[in-house]
Parts: sequence; structure tokens; C-alpha cells
Amino acid sequence: MTALIDTRNLTKIYRLGDISVKALDNVTLSIGAAEFTAIMGHSGSGKSTFMNILGCLDRPTSGQYLLEGEDVSNLSVKQLATIRNRRIGFVFQGYNLLRRTSALENVELPLIYSHVPAKERRMKSLEALEIVGLSGHEHHQSNQLSGGQQQRVAIARALVNSPSIILADEPTGNLDTRTSFEIMGVFRRLNSDHGITVIIVTHEPDIAAFTRRHIVFRDGQVIEDRANEPRIGS
Amino acid sequence: MFISTSLRIALNALKANKMRSLLTMLGIIIGVAAVVIMVAIGSGASAKITAQIESVGSNLLIVVPGATTAGGVRMGSGTVSTLTLADAEAIVQNCPSVARVAPVWGGVAQAVYGNQNWSTGVTGTTSSMFAIRDWTLTAGRFFTVQETKAAAKVALLGQTVVNNLFGATDPIGEIVRIKKMPMQVIGVLAVKGQSPRGDDQDDAIYVPITTAQKRLFGTHLPGLVRVIMVQAKDMNVMAKTEKEITDLLDQRHRIVKGADRDFSVRNLSEILAAAQAAYKTMSLLLGSIALVSLIVGGIGIMNIMLVSVTERTREIGIRMAVGAQESDILTQFLIESLVLSLVGGVIGVILGLTGAEIMAAMSDWPVLISWQALLLAFAFSAMVGIFFGFYPARKAAHLNPIDALRYE
Repeated sequence: MTALIDTRNLTKIYRLGDISVKALDNVTLSIGAAEFTAIMGHSGSGKSTFMNILGCLDRPTSGQYLLEGEDVSNLSVKQLATIRNRRIGFVFQGYNLLRRTSALENVELPLIYSHVPAKERRMKSLEALEIVGLSGHEHHQSNQLSGGQQQRVAIARALVNSPSIILADEPTGNLDTRTSFEIMGVFRRLNSDHGITVIIVTHEPDIAAFTRRHIVFRDGQVIEDRANEPRIGS
Repeated sequence: MFISTSLRIALNALKANKMRSLLTMLGIIIGVAAVVIMVAIGSGASAKITAQIESVGSNLLIVVPGATTAGGVRMGSGTVSTLTLADAEAIVQNCPSVARVAPVWGGVAQAVYGNQNWSTGVTGTTSSMFAIRDWTLTAGRFFTVQETKAAAKVALLGQTVVNNLFGATDPIGEIVRIKKMPMQVIGVLAVKGQSPRGDDQDDAIYVPITTAQKRLFGTHLPGLVRVIMVQAKDMNVMAKTEKEITDLLDQRHRIVKGADRDFSVRNLSEILAAAQAAYKTMSLLLGSIALVSLIVGGIGIMNIMLVSVTERTREIGIRMAVGAQESDILTQFLIESLVLSLVGGVIGVILGLTGAEIMAAMSDWPVLISWQALLLAFAFSAMVGIFFGFYPARKAAHLNPIDALRYE
């Protein structure tokens, strides 16, 4: 399996005045295409920082990050934006949908920034909404939808541009257990049926149980990296 | 990002905060309306003054006798007349840009009617004079060409003279004695009021030029005139007209090159230029006051856009996370402030036009609306939008996506 994500001695240091905090400390690991991985750890363990760098939202202080073989650790702001647009889909804990905007328009957002013509934009977005099981809700305003539905819209937005990776930061943090499991089911389908690499950041073992690999962070370092027999949930 | 998509995003954002958008626009609306009204008033007043001066005769030239030297004695200009009736006729015949000429010769004389008498200026001229000055009659008629040629004993009276000599009697056809010479009154001039110098323009008697020369005041040489009034065909060819007259009179008076001329040509265009300059200054002043309010409006836009950027930090973060470039964010916020200022500009123009019309209707202050002024006000409001929208837009575009996403 070719390594989709390959990090080498990835280090991130935050400086707050005189104090410097090492959020990531020489992290070297690789994640292959079509893997379904959970990144775990307590808050402050460095998992969110790692996730931001993987998502090209942030750049490492030192070390290398190879995405599909290309070193992206020193790209410009503009190039990083393009990578986020074309190759990465984000799902956040707080859904992060645009308010007063329909589900369809929220899903279309990444396509707008990659200059896809309106007609094609609409077609692809409807397709993505169908995949997450929201057909018929495309014209609902985002704030008229339930939490689970909002997160489905966010997932549709993440996958609409056919990315190779979907990064989800505590995607079930605001949802009840039943809905959480439903959402994890969606991720599992994206991984198994569509071959998308899915990386979930979570601190809940229940949620991590859906994935095939657990990477555990503590104090900016990887302390555990093991395979997992996924739970077959609802 | 496509402009139409940006435009729709901007309109949605503005619609989301209707009251706020309206209040922000109000600054621009007032500014633009003020510019439109001020410019309309300024150019209206300027046009009115120009028209007034033109009616006095901006296309008027006056040929006056110049300084002469006779046997070593230098005499100031006007002391001795050097212009003749023949000069006047030559000017109208030989200068293509001249429309009319009116030679003048006169003096002060006593006029007597019945037991009333009145001393006043008696001006001899031709009927062209009345056309040049745009004077009209309230009764009777002007001189005929025959009367001018034949030194007929006829006179036109100003209203002041009529009041003093005739009281309530109708003067037309009556005989007045001017310098003891009986003259028939053939017309009364319309009231003109005071001249800019404070003279009573109605206290005057007009007789044919030949009558003044031969019968009333005499000339030491035949045909002498005091001044020649010349009306050019167009106020734009004044310089050309002046040169034609100078060249002609140089030739007629045998002025060798470099010698002093015994006449000079004067015009009123300098007065017009001075008045126009004064009004230009006034327009500029009014315009700049209005401009200040437009700038204040622009600061209002900047203020609101800054608030809007802060409020929508999270939205900006989301857009950046899904791949919006800095330029996309910049464009989005610039378009938003541009929409604010342009919509404000349109409303301001409409309001300004209405305001100007109302002012024109309510007072007799003239207003002149030019599409250039409207365009200028509109373009300026767009510039204000871009200028004051740029800083907030740049601030939005330079946000760090991670911080923006975490912003509560």
C-alpha cells in the first residue's frame, strides 16, 4: 500500500512570549490510502495540532509532511488553500455550516472555490447529499436541520470535491450516542464503498472502535499505534 | 471566484442585516445627495450669472480714441476724438466677425417741455445701439435709417426723463426742446434700473447720431464720434474680432508698425471671466463640503465592514478551510462594501435630483443638473466603497484559518 500521508520528524513549537510549547515532537508515521484511522489522546496531547498540519491548515516548525509523495510542509498559503480545496475534506465538531444558507449551498461551497460551473456544482452536490442520506433536505436552511443532519451536510461538503482524505475533528462530540453511531456508519461507508481515507480525531473509545487503526498521542508524541478489529455498529 | 456568485453572497450578507446596511448606506446617500445638490446649485448660479453678463454684452467691444500726440503735446486717451462715423461704417462692412456697430456722440443738455425742464445726458447713436444692448421700448418706435441719415429732429426718452418732464401725459408725438431745438418724442425706453456703477440708466435721451453731431453738440471735424460700440457675432471669436478691428483701423488711421495707436479696443470678457472664476470657486467650496460628508460616509462603511469581518470570522475560517484563497475572501468583502456604496450612491443620486428639483421649484434659485456631475458623484461613491472597504477586506483575507475556525 502506497503511503498517502508520510510524516518525518514532524515538530510544531508554539511560542507564547518567552514560553515555548512543543505541541508535536518528532512525529514520524505514515497512513496509507483507504485506511480508516482514529487519532486519540487527551486534550493537549497534540492530536489537534497534528490534524491541522495533516489538513494543510498549518505548517510544521520542522520536519517533513509528504502528501501523496509531495512535500507540502513549505508550500505557500495559496498552494495550501488549493490542496485543502482539491484533496482534503474537513468535518468539525461544531459542524461549521454557513448560517442562513441552504444545505445544498453549503455543500456547493468547495466547488465554488474550484470554479466549477453552476450546473455541475448542483449535480455533484445533490449526489454528495444522497451519499450521506439527506436527499430531499437540500433546500432546508442549515439551522433548520438537527445536529445529526447538520453533520451529514458537513460530511457531504467534505466529500463533494472527491478528496483523497477526509479529516474529522471530534465529529460526534456534539451528538448523542445513537446519532454518533449513525455518523460513524456514514464514515465507514465512505471508507469501504468509496475508498476514501478517513481520519477521525476523537477521545472516545466508543467512536474509535469503528476504525481499523488507533494512533494514540501523548505530550506531542505517538505512544501507541495498533490495528483494531472494527465494531460493526448500527 | 465568479463575480455573480460573489455578488449573491454579498447581497445575502447585506440582507441578513437590513437595518445595519441601511444605516451604513445613509452616510453615502447623504454624501452623494449633497454633492449632486451642491453642484446643481453651483453650476445653476454660474450659468445664470454668465447669462446676465452676456445680456449686458460679453460679445461687446468698445473702440475708444487713444492717446494722441499733436506738436509735441501728448494728450491722454479720449481727450481728442480720432474716430469717425466712417470708421464705424468701415468696421461693420470689412470685419467678418462683427455683427453690429453703434457709434456714439453726445453731451449733456437741457430738455424743456411746457413749464418743466430737465438736464440729462443726450446720446447720439444709431438704432443698432438698442439691438446691441438688447433694449426695448414701452411705447413708440426706434429711429429709422432715414432719420439717422437726415439728422431728423426725433428723440427717444428714458423713463426718468418722461417722469420729470411729462408726469402723467403721454409723451409720444409731443415736442420737447433739447438745447432749444424742438424734437419730436418717438418712443420711450423700457425701464432698466441702475447700472452696476449706480447710475440711473433711465435718465437718458437718445437721438440719431447725425442729429447730435450737426444740430446739438457740433464736432470740430465732420463725423467725429466719441466711441464705437461693436458687437461680435459670437463671444468665442472675441480675440479674432479685436484683431480685425485693430488691423482695419491701423490701415485707415495710417498707423505705422511700432507707432502708438490713436485708438484702442476694449472688451467686457474680463468681467465675465472674473465672475465665472468667482462662481467656480463657490462651486468648488460647496463641492468640497459635500465631499467631506461623502468621506464621512465612507468611514461609516469601513466601520461596519470591520464589525462584519469580526462577526463573521468563523464564516471566513470555514471558507478558508474548504479552499477559499485570500483573494476570494478579499473580493467577497470588497464587493460587499462596493454594493453598499453603489446602492447608496444610486439612492443618493435620486434623492439629490429630487432635492434639486424641489429647491428649484420653491425658490427661484437656478439649478443646473449635468449628467457629468451625476456620473462624478456615482464614481466617487464607488471609489469610497473600494477605498474604505479595502482595509477590512484585507484584514479578513489575512486571517489565520485555524484561529478563524476556533473563533467564538
